[in-house]
Amino acid sequence: MAKITYRTHDNKTHTVDVQKGLTVMEGAIQNDIPGIDADCGGGMACATCHVYVKEEWLDKLPTKEDGEEDMLDMAFEPKSNSRLSCQLIVSDELDGLEVNIPSKQG
Amino acid sequence: MNKTDVLIIGAGPTGLFCAHQLGIIGLNCEIVDNLDKTGGQCIELYPDKPIYDIPAVPECTGEELTNNLLKQIKPFNIKFHLNERVEELKKNQNRWNVKTSGGLEFDVAAIVIAGGVGSFEPRKFSVKECEKFEGKSLLYSIKDKSIFKDKTISIFGGGDSALDWAIELSNTSNVNLIHRRDGFSGAEASVQKVKELNDKGEINLFTKYQIDSVNGDKNIESVKIKHDEGEIKEIKCDYVLGFFGLIMQLGPILDWGLNINKKNIEVNTENFETNINGIFAIGDICSYPGKLKLILSGFHEGALAARGCFKYVKPDEKLRFEFTTTSKAAQERLGIKK
Repeated sequence: MAKITYRTHDNKTHTVDVQKGLTVMEGAIQNDIPGIDADCGGGMACATCHVYVKEEWLDKLPTKEDGEEDMLDMAFEPKSNSRLSCQLIVSDELDGLEVNIPSKQG
Repeated sequence: MNKTDVLIIGAGPTGLFCAHQLGIIGLNCEIVDNLDKTGGQCIELYPDKPIYDIPAVPECTGEELTNNLLKQIKPFNIKFHLNERVEELKKNQNRWNVKTSGGLEFDVAAIVIAGGVGSFEPRKFSVKECEKFEGKSLLYSIKDKSIFKDKTISIFGGGDSALDWAIELSNTSNVNLIHRRDGFSGAEASVQKVKELNDKGEINLFTKYQIDSVNGDKNIESVKIKHDEGEIKEIKCDYVLGFFGLIMQLGPILDWGLNINKKNIEVNTENFETNINGIFAIGDICSYPGKLKLILSGFHEGALAARGCFKYVKPDEKLRFEFTTTSKAAQERLGIKK
């Protein structure tokens, strides 16, 4: 288990234990955290699980695969710390990760 | 008024195969889709990406799968209504009246919703003032390119639509192309072409910029764009075009009184009927314990929903289970001559 903190747009934080091996997106869906739609179900095909990763965690994340940046072009207000949460697999390394959820996904 | 047995909402793989299953058991159907083409997510999201988990098809692309399904339902001469979004369902005695965005009306005995994650709509700019100009000087799709002649156009996006239109419109208009990063997701040849045109001064390319605001009274007069590092530029233009792909939205489906949970429609697993008699839901849009969002699950769901429709279309008849290998009736419907 790793603790992941999701900060929603209204500045509420939701800290939940997410099983290792699941994605940050799945952690949000399973815990009913609002603001992550994940329309395509994790296929890197829709950009509706877009999150902003807290700066100090950026280096610890797996690097972006081809295609993630392309999808982020489509995301709502992408920034330099934008990631698709379906591409972030939870591990011990990510225990304590904090992500901000944008005000909307599309 | 279009009168048929069943209306399928959604021309993705699940909807197409459900049409096949309806045809096999002797029911007619028509299909409505909001996109301008058949294939649903397969075509819109991953036409060229391979799919490896269609039973007995080791590998195929979204486009191949769609084309094969179309071929499979060809004998049934199914009528498609593309570019139409279903807006309204109304019960009329034992049948349903359906209205679409383009003013089409249907009179059907049953409805199968195979709507994926909803209808595809263009993704819009997040800047508020954009709404004021939408459909006039701010557009997300192009219907008549002649309006841009000799005008200044600011195009936002880095995919094929943005690149292709920038290249095309640069012949007759003054084009600014603005994208949030140096890399593009569009075809490499188009990227090269755009860079070439930029070098020649025929396109003004701005990368690492995003929209900041649009300004103007009735029509757009200029757009402000903001660099990653904070610098803001104002560029004069007559039109703003945004090409950020499509997003899926449930839209009017939410208003039909269906039991919806997390954007999915609840169904039973016996025949995939919803809480409303005569309305079925299959594919990615339906939910039940154990639901997998796989194309193969959609095929199974479509086969059962088709049989579920039978009692609404032919209440006095009994549906007999048959195999296509041996059923004369099914083979006749498929137009097979022996």
